[in-house]
Amino acid sequence: MIIINEITKSYNETQALKSISLKVEKNELFGLIGPDGAGKTTLMRILTTLLLADSGEAKMDGLDVVKNFKKIRHIVGYMPGRFSLYQDLSVEENLHFFATVFGTTVDENYDLIRDIYHQIEPFKTRRAGQLSGGMKQKLALSCALIHKPKILVLDEPTTGVDAVSRKEFWEMLKKLQQKGITILVSTPYMDEADLCDRVALIQKGEILDVDSPQRITEKYPHRIIRARSDEIYRLIQDLRAYEKAESVFAFGEFVHFTGTDDDVEPSELDDYLHKKNHKNVLVEEINPGIEDVFMGLMRSEQSQSQ
Amino acid sequence: MAQLLSFIKKEFFHIFRDPRTMLILFGIPVAQLLIFGTVIKNEIKDVRIAIYDQSKDETTQQITNKLLSSGYFVLVDDLQNTSGIEETFRKGEVKEIIVFESNFGEKLIKEGTANVQLIADASDPNMARLAVSYTRGIINDYVQKMNPNQELPMQIQPEVRMYFNEEMKSAYMFVPGTMALILMLISAMMTSISITREKELGTMEILLVSPLKPAQIIIGKVLPYLLLSIVNAFVIVLIGLFVFGVPITGSFILLMLETILFILMALCLGILISTMAKSQMTAMFISMIVLMLPTILLSGFIFPIENMPEILQWLSHIMPARWFISIIRGIMLKGVGMAFIWKETLILIGMTLFFVAVSVRKFKIRLE
Repeated sequence: MIIINEITKSYNETQALKSISLKVEKNELFGLIGPDGAGKTTLMRILTTLLLADSGEAKMDGLDVVKNFKKIRHIVGYMPGRFSLYQDLSVEENLHFFATVFGTTVDENYDLIRDIYHQIEPFKTRRAGQLSGGMKQKLALSCALIHKPKILVLDEPTTGVDAVSRKEFWEMLKKLQQKGITILVSTPYMDEADLCDRVALIQKGEILDVDSPQRITEKYPHRIIRARSDEIYRLIQDLRAYEKAESVFAFGEFVHFTGTDDDVEPSELDDYLHKKNHKNVLVEEINPGIEDVFMGLMRSEQSQSQ
Repeated sequence: MAQLLSFIKKEFFHIFRDPRTMLILFGIPVAQLLIFGTVIKNEIKDVRIAIYDQSKDETTQQITNKLLSSGYFVLVDDLQNTSGIEETFRKGEVKEIIVFESNFGEKLIKEGTANVQLIADASDPNMARLAVSYTRGIINDYVQKMNPNQELPMQIQPEVRMYFNEEMKSAYMFVPGTMALILMLISAMMTSISITREKELGTMEILLVSPLKPAQIIIGKVLPYLLLSIVNAFVIVLIGLFVFGVPITGSFILLMLETILFILMALCLGILISTMAKSQMTAMFISMIVLMLPTILLSGFIFPIENMPEILQWLSHIMPARWFISIIRGIMLKGVGMAFIWKETLILIGMTLFFVAVSVRKFKIRLE
C-alpha cells in the first residue's frame, strides 16, 4: 500500500532522512517509532505530498507522491503533529468545512466516524479551541477521516494527551483498521509500539529495524536485568561504575542494566549493590521491551560509526 | 464551487469572531479618517500674536481690530518696547509679533507710505509663512478700502481663484489620501495576516493535503476582504461627504469601480506578502513598514510629488497609491470621466495583474 524506496531528504546541512526504504502492507497498522528529530515527520510529509524528497521515490496505493500528488490528496487522511483545526470554529463547523473541502458531506461518511464523533457530539457547538486535549484529538481524527481515506497518516497523534485518552485513541485505530483502512502512525512512546502490527525503529534519519513488535524484542540478543533501590540516582551511578556494565539507563522506577557479556547474573549485581549500602534492593531478569531494543540498536549504531 | 463557498463562509467566521480583526477592519479606518481630518490642516485659526504699537493712533487701532476680528488671530500681549520680543518668542507664547512704527497713521496720510514690521516664529516654517501671509493680506485689504479711489501708478492686482477647492479646504486633500492609505493597509495587511495565520497554526498543512486548488484558496481568502473593503470605502466616502464636506463631483459609480480595482490590487499585494512571510508578525511588519510609510510619504498624499528630489519622484511611480489618489482626486474634486484617468487606471490594472501572476506563481502547493 505504501512503498518507500531510498528516500533521502536534507535541510541545509542536516540530513533528515538517509536513504530510507520501507513497505507498508494493505490494511496494516504500521508504527514509526523514534525520538524527536528522528525524521518521522519529514517522512510523513513526503508521503502526504507536502514535501519533496531530494532523491528516491515513494508510492501511495500505487500513486507516485510527486507525479500524482493531486490524486493522493483525495485518498489520504492526514493528521499533523500539532492540533491543526480552526480554533475559532465550532466542532460541527470544522467537520462540515473539511467534509466540503474534500467534496463530500458529513452524512455520507458518518458511519466511519460515528464511534469517534459520538463522544464529542455533545460539545458540537463548542469552539474547537476550548476542547480538552483528548477531545481535540478525536475531532482532528474525525476531520481526517471524513472523506473516507484509503490511507490514514497520523503524526504523533497521542503526544500531549492523557493516558486514558491515549488508550481510547489506540482502540479507535484498531477499529478503523478493521474497516479496511491502512494506518501509518508515528509515536515517540515506545510502549505504544506493542499496539502496532509492525513497527519501524527510526533514529537520526535511518531505519534501525522493521518487524512486528514481538519479533523485534524476541530477537534481541542480550539479557536485560532491572534493578531498584531507594536511591535511584546513586543506583545508576554505582551500576555504571560496575566493571561489566555495558549500558545502564533509567526506566520509570527501575534501572535497566545490560552487561558486557551475558554472564552477568542478577545475584552478582544484588551482592554488589548491597556492598554499596543500597536499601530495599530488587534485582531481576526481564524480557527486553521495545525501548531496550531501541537503546541497544542505538548503541551498536554509535559504536559502528566510531 | 461548494468547496469555495464553504471556504468563504469559514473566512467570514474567522473575521466576525475575532474582535481584533473587526477592530482593524472597521474601527481603525473611521478613527484614522477622523484623526487625519482634524489634525492635518493648512488653514490657520486662533494664532497667538503680540502687538507693539508705537503710534497708537486711529489707523493702527483699526488695523488691529480688523486682525483680531478675522478669527485667525488672538492677541495675548501688548508689548511696550522691543526688548521683550525675543524672550516672548522663546517662551513660545506667541507665534507672531506685529510692530507699528510711530506716527503710523500720520505718515500714511502725509507721505502715502508707512512701515509695519511682521516678526514670526519660524521654528514651525509652515505656520510662520501662513500667519505672515494672512496678516499681510488683511493689512493690504485695509489700505485698499481706506483709499478706494487712490490709484497708485503701475499697480498689478492679481485676482486669485482656487479651482476645484475654492476655500482651500484641507479636507479635500486628506480624504482621497486617507482613503488610499486605509484601503491599501487594510486590504494588504488583512489578507497577508490571514494566510500566514493558517501557516502558523498548521491549518495550511491540512488545506494543502486537501484537494483544494491554489486558486480556490486565494479566491476564498480575497473575496471576503474585497467585500468588506468595499463597505469600508463606502463609509469613508460618506464620512468625507457629510462630516468634512468633500463633494463627489464626478460619477459615483466610476469612483466605486476604480476603488474596487485599487482594493483588488492591494489584496493581491497582500497575498504576495503572505507567500514571502512565514509568520503573522512578519506579514504585519512588511505591510506596515513597506506599505504604509511609502504610501504616506511618496504618493503625493501629504507632500507634493513635484517638490521631491528626482530619485524619489521616480520612486513614486511604483507607488500604487499615487495613481489611485490622482484618480479619486480627479473624480471627486474635478469631476472628470474616464477620458482623463485612463492612463492611471491602466497602470493600476497592470499592477494588479502583475501581483496576481507573481503570487500565483509563488503560491506553494507544498510546505517550505
